[in-house]
Amino acid sequence: MDVQQALADLTEISSQIEAAVLFDADGSVQGSTLPDEAAAGALADGAARLLERADASRSDGTTVTQVEAALADGCVFVVREGERLIAATSVANPTVGLVFYDLKSCLRDSAPEPDAEKPKAKRPRKKAADDEA
Amino acid sequence: MKRRLLAVLGFGAGILAGSVVLRRSFGKRRDRVEVYFDDGSMISYVDGSPEADSLLQPARDALRAARQTSRQQ
Repeated sequence: MDVQQALADLTEISSQIEAAVLFDADGSVQGSTLPDEAAAGALADGAARLLERADASRSDGTTVTQVEAALADGCVFVVREGERLIAATSVANPTVGLVFYDLKSCLRDSAPEPDAEKPKAKRPRKKAADDEA
Repeated sequence: MKRRLLAVLGFGAGILAGSVVLRRSFGKRRDRVEVYFDDGSMISYVDGSPEADSLLQPARDALRAARQTSRQQ
């Protein structure tokens, strides 16, 4: 599914999510529900810093998969699957499990198609090769 | 009969006032960050701890960035 379509579905399904941005581990934004590119970049940047600092909180080799920051006037969620990440903001006191579930679904729905679906390279026909010889 | 009714009303008002005071004193939720790891563990940092302070700042920045655009719309 297209990234923008997956994000549109996300905000339609979850009324608690206000804004969301899909981005890569290098910080490049793949899509967002925000109309302003600068704001999408700032949201992704804040989420990336949050995840980076959360990663640094433990030094036993475990990886952070998701973070929830609950603030007085809203929440920030970050979910990581491999090199792809999604960050979202929500209203205060959301249903946390539901928000995480919706964010993971959005990440999976917007994942690029696997290589197996690429068209196979055509092998030269043996008969044609024989004719030329 | 009237005295009994007044007593019940007074008791109810007292409970209500007490619950309001308790909620204001202890019910205020503090900012916190919950971090989930790939081994299934979770750590919660509450506002005031050094770890929470470093995690809450980027979260506040992210929320501000998203809300500023929403308000401009």
